[in-house]
Amino acid sequence: MGMFLMPSLGADMDEGTLLEWMVAPGDHVDKGDVVAVIDTAKSAIDVEVFESGVVAELLIEPGTLVPVGTPWARIDTEGAPAAGPAPEPEAAAEPEPVPAPVTEPEKRPAAAARLAPPIRHLIHQFGLRPGDVHGSGPDGQITRQDVLDAAGESKAEVAPAPAPAVPAPVSTPTAETSPARPRITPRARRLARERGVDLPGTAAADRVVTGADVPQRPPTKAPVDRTAAMRQATAALMARAAREIPHYYVVSTFDITDTLTWLREYNAQRKPRERVLPAVLFLRAAVLAAQEVPDLNGVWQEEFVASDGVDLGVAVATRSGGLVTPRIVGAQDLDLGGLMKHLADLVKRAKAGRLRASELQPGSITVSSLADSGPDLLYGVIYPPQVALVGVGAMGQRPWVVDGELAVRNTVTVTVSADHRATDGRTGARFLAALGKALTNPEEL
Amino acid sequence: MNETQARELVLAALADVAPEIDPDEFDPGTSLRDGADLDSMDFLAYVSAVSEAIDADIPEDDYDQLDSVDAAVTYLVARGSA
Amino acid sequence: MATITYREAVRQAMRTAMLTDERVFLMGEDVGAYGGCFGVSMGLFEEFGPERIRDTPLSESAFVGAGIGAALGGMRPIVEIMTVNFSLLALDQIVNTAASLSHMSGGQFNVPVVIRMTTGAGRQLAAQHSHSFDGWYAHIPGIRVVAPATVEDAFGMMATALADPDPVLYLEHGGLYNTKGELPDAAGPVDIDRAAVRRSGKDLTLITYGGTLPTTMAAAEDLSGQGIDAEVIDLRTLRPLDDATFVDSVRRTHRAVVVDEGWRSGSISAEISARITEQAFYELDAPIGRVASKEVPTPYARHMEQAAIPSAEDIVTAARAAMRGES
Repeated sequence: MGMFLMPSLGADMDEGTLLEWMVAPGDHVDKGDVVAVIDTAKSAIDVEVFESGVVAELLIEPGTLVPVGTPWARIDTEGAPAAGPAPEPEAAAEPEPVPAPVTEPEKRPAAAARLAPPIRHLIHQFGLRPGDVHGSGPDGQITRQDVLDAAGESKAEVAPAPAPAVPAPVSTPTAETSPARPRITPRARRLARERGVDLPGTAAADRVVTGADVPQRPPTKAPVDRTAAMRQATAALMARAAREIPHYYVVSTFDITDTLTWLREYNAQRKPRERVLPAVLFLRAAVLAAQEVPDLNGVWQEEFVASDGVDLGVAVATRSGGLVTPRIVGAQDLDLGGLMKHLADLVKRAKAGRLRASELQPGSITVSSLADSGPDLLYGVIYPPQVALVGVGAMGQRPWVVDGELAVRNTVTVTVSADHRATDGRTGARFLAALGKALTNPEEL
Repeated sequence: MNETQARELVLAALADVAPEIDPDEFDPGTSLRDGADLDSMDFLAYVSAVSEAIDADIPEDDYDQLDSVDAAVTYLVARGSA
Repeated sequence: MATITYREAVRQAMRTAMLTDERVFLMGEDVGAYGGCFGVSMGLFEEFGPERIRDTPLSESAFVGAGIGAALGGMRPIVEIMTVNFSLLALDQIVNTAASLSHMSGGQFNVPVVIRMTTGAGRQLAAQHSHSFDGWYAHIPGIRVVAPATVEDAFGMMATALADPDPVLYLEHGGLYNTKGELPDAAGPVDIDRAAVRRSGKDLTLITYGGTLPTTMAAAEDLSGQGIDAEVIDLRTLRPLDDATFVDSVRRTHRAVVVDEGWRSGSISAEISARITEQAFYELDAPIGRVASKEVPTPYARHMEQAAIPSAEDIVTAARAAMRGES
């Protein structure tokens, strides 16, 4: 059985607000299915589940701000728990098409999935977990009294009230009365209600929850504010890059006249929806170069860790003026057409703020292209923990030498920014040369 | 195809790519690539949408003729009657 | 500015009133030749003579009734009932005549009488002579009930009370007579409608009146040394109650303890607690505490009497409970 924790949503993000659940308890999920939508500083992100199974319980309410690592759902995974190498199958008398049931510790109530919302809320109020409460209802269902009993067990003894100096005509309540009910003042309840926060669960019988104990709600990040928040996140990341990464740069200009001609013909044979933008040429060339010179394809974690495939980060401008760099996992397996299709989908979703969590993990190398705009070349800042960034300047007609004569050709200047801890100039130069070779031999792309 | 149909078609394709553009407020003479901030990806998506809507190819050489709503309408009407 | 005793302040108030308004006179047991049981009217008989400082028979019902009659007839009498304990014998006059005539006559008759009474315990006068019925009287519509606790109020409230067209009960705690305070030379009338914040604080509100004010202020000092900043409110008038002032205070501090020398059951402290609950429930971080006299007839033996009435320690204990969110 898997406790699904809030995944990390990128190197610089450590919390997000759950917007909605896309599944309900009882639903079957396959690995990769989107189960929830989280709102972060940058955008709304679809979060995929890592294991296949059945949703047992959703632990967090929509609207809650959740730090990375918080358990937020329980998924009963299929198959026997991975305890070790599977034992040799016994005599195949009985083929077992049905996956083995998940083994559960005896203590856990069997019907924890059927937890009524008010009961779940009560459990939460006491600072307990559903697993802490023994269910005495039908099928092990947890009742209100079960929760009160569980909460009562964890309380300290209440000191008996001091004997009054005069005989009181009415019997005063003793410590035995309902020991489990938390003592929360009217002001605390009102503040909790107004602020939309949960009352702090109190299991100690000798403590009263007062207004001062009610947490302030962190200001909700309004979507309008996202630009500022995104700016902040980028600022932090870039500052870190400047602080930690010793950059060096290698720059080359390439004659892509023939490549662009080739591309025109390629596109002429295809419908608009299948045509490839020049920008994709650079992506593909970068992928090929990364395979040929793998020293620039990976991350720095106290030493260089090479990546198995090329998880290509692509810098995408969002409509609000921000920049996101989602990655294309396994870009080495995509041809030009596949890369274009993937990119188009990625850009569309990036602009709509619907990227997936797996796409926002760090890539193994990133390409940043200003090819549409003006500058001739781009000295980019590497996205930590990567070790290289390919910066593509604007394509344009420029003076060039062909066969010893001055000519006008379509050229583009490519800069590779690289982490000097991982590589030196010669390696960077080899990468750039490989990229240029791929770029200028489009049939090979 | 008449002008009204062409305009509807063009605006629909544009809305798909740039939903924040308000068709009532937007100046149909504005260059889409320069004025409306459509990058090459957006522009290609828009052209693709138009192409699919008329169920016909639009060669790359014709892209410039689609660079504003008015121009695109003119282009489509001309093509339609060709 | 002069430093005088509370007793002196009351005397001066009466003297000033009689000098300025010939309708004002004082009547009661031993107020004349004897100078008053507690010495409050000492010297007035010599100054104003027997017509205006009138000794009465030992019959509260009779002389309170006579005073009410004088008021109905256009005079402004100050009726002194030796102590609140004896006022029980004039209860019918106070409640059924003084408090009711204006209403029952459809406004034709006002009873502008001021009835002064000494109240409270702490002087070993035992069970029958130590009552605090301030709260009882505050229950009756048709009268005002004031409880001056300071020299300034003891002096200034008198003129305002005498000017009131309706009956005013003037409750003087016996333990305050010897307390001293400053009275400005040009001291004049003060209002009898509002409570006063005697000490500002932010952690909890202590509400009291009359004779327990000094005890409550001492408790607040104590609490201050323990890091608890108490606000002290002197009610000054028990009917009408200035709930606006003390509710506003509780809204700021979120905790309250009421200090009342009466017994708690059905007392003015219960009324104050109810009003706070009605008006500021959602501001409360603790139940409203009450420190009152123990529910016994007041003992005679000194140590027992002291144990029976509110002490500074009792107030501190209740305040600390309130800080914990308990009663």
